[in-house]
Amino acid sequence: MPQWGIETKTRASRAFLSVAAIVVAAGIAAPLFLSRSTIQDLFFILTMLVLAQCWNLLAGYAGLVSVGQQAFVGFGAYAMFACVSLAGFDPLIAIVLGGVAATLLSLPLGFFVFRLQGAYFAIGTWVVAEVVRLLLAQWRALGGGTGTSLPNTATRDMWAARLVADLLGVRSAQALDILTYWLALLLACLTMGFIYWLLRTRQGLGLAAIRDNQEAARSVGVDAASLKWAVYVSVAFVTGVCGALIYVQKARISPDAAFSVIDWTAYVIFIVVIGGIGTLEGPIVGVIVFFLLQNTLADYGSWYLLVLGLIGIGVMLFAPRGLWGLFTDRTGIQFFPVRRRLVKRQEDASTDALQGGRDG
Amino acid sequence: MPVLELRDVSKSFGALKVAQGISFAVENGEALGIIGPNGAGKSTLFNLITGNVTLDAGSITFDGNDVTRAAPMKRCAAGLGRTFQIPQPFSKLTVFENLLVAAGFGSSATETEAVGRCADILVETGLVEKANATAGSLSLLQRKRLELARALATDPKLLLLDEIAGGLTQGECAALVNTIRAIHARGVSIIWIEHVLHALNSVVERLLVLDFGKVIGIGAPDEIMASKDVREIYLGIEV
Repeated sequence: MPQWGIETKTRASRAFLSVAAIVVAAGIAAPLFLSRSTIQDLFFILTMLVLAQCWNLLAGYAGLVSVGQQAFVGFGAYAMFACVSLAGFDPLIAIVLGGVAATLLSLPLGFFVFRLQGAYFAIGTWVVAEVVRLLLAQWRALGGGTGTSLPNTATRDMWAARLVADLLGVRSAQALDILTYWLALLLACLTMGFIYWLLRTRQGLGLAAIRDNQEAARSVGVDAASLKWAVYVSVAFVTGVCGALIYVQKARISPDAAFSVIDWTAYVIFIVVIGGIGTLEGPIVGVIVFFLLQNTLADYGSWYLLVLGLIGIGVMLFAPRGLWGLFTDRTGIQFFPVRRRLVKRQEDASTDALQGGRDG
Repeated sequence: MPVLELRDVSKSFGALKVAQGISFAVENGEALGIIGPNGAGKSTLFNLITGNVTLDAGSITFDGNDVTRAAPMKRCAAGLGRTFQIPQPFSKLTVFENLLVAAGFGSSATETEAVGRCADILVETGLVEKANATAGSLSLLQRKRLELARALATDPKLLLLDEIAGGLTQGECAALVNTIRAIHARGVSIIWIEHVLHALNSVVERLLVLDFGKVIGIGAPDEIMASKDVREIYLGIEV
């Protein structure tokens, strides 16, 4: 009798694990040898990566194409501002509370948008995000429509920022940049770790089934509605934490900026689409391409958006699985494999992969 | 005790009555065939039994429990497995992963048990060599086999087969019938909608005839095929 087993790891993923550990270690040490502006750039890349991974989980795995994720970025950021400016919390605690607030917001919003399907869901999420923006623009204690700034003392007196300043011998403004960068690095690692773990669980397999065919998934016992809710709410939490973190670093908020559909959703969708939707590697590739394009085209005004749009359309037409999809189709390499391959285990402990498995 | 019992089940889509007071029972371990012209409401009847479509009136009892308002996944977990007339694979997942979803969510198997069971089902349904190929790359016969294999992975007490032999060659059909016979011999109850009558009659113990959402006959295959109404309505033979 053959012994059957599952294998998910590949040669490439084993090698990548070591490379990833080195990259993260280098990332932690980066403030020691990189300039302040480079650290700010890396902060931007990491926070956009977190937002892109969240949107990718929503749209690429749960089939929930939301164009209203700015609701959770803005609400998380405003909740953080309220906790710091009005209630006197430490910004570090307020970042987590920003995530909690976004999670709470996702419950009533989900109640409305989950009644909609496909394109209507997308439009619905945008509409409710606008409603949240308009409501927060009425909050005079936080500057109403024009916005407000974090009190100088709030960020300067953060215990963690003071610790960084003392440890590295830098000024408080630079210490805040380094601290928020480390937090962004931590958030990016945790987010990707969480998503990768989720995709490898039974629930992750259920999500993939829902994405491919919801009706058939329900017929084999998958609770599609509950899984989608769980993804929507968890993504709201991470997006809220990310929004709060972004605005701790920016230290100034306004409804138009915090709820910007271009900054927090359109760019994010661009990153996921050009990188490769439905893969963990895609958003990493996408965010690097996006950052390079943004820097290259920064001096060309509105041409910048036009070129981004054209590239997005080109990729959708000629490489619908994104740049990472193109690469992996040719090489079979996956750094975050989630494919469960059936293998026959022989008595001499060797494994015999069946047809269709690619060990990249 | 019947494994499934329908009482006065009715369903309309607007003015179109697709099920009109349907009542019948399937005994534990029985194989029942359903025939009827296209548009008779056969697949809708399956959707009503599995909960993919909600009924307007009547009740459905499965394994002694009223499942009339239960969601499809609850009915699946209770032991109702089904195939779709047009195969509905999880195209981007592999054949093995298709079964793993069904075993993981539709049955109470642990992961280790699920792997072993899925592998055994792949061997039984002749798909083991395609285990790690994506479902979207399969041929029609392989997709039909995958439908059957995925339904089996939920460890069903009652298996609903919707035109699983349609579009297959005679040889392919014969091989599929042998597999279905073996499943039935293990005690799995079966309801099978099929137009390929020789295949159907070689497995089922009773036939039910449906026309315009109504049951117009139920009984032994020989009696049903000899019935004047059935010959006129279904076979188009003027008697």
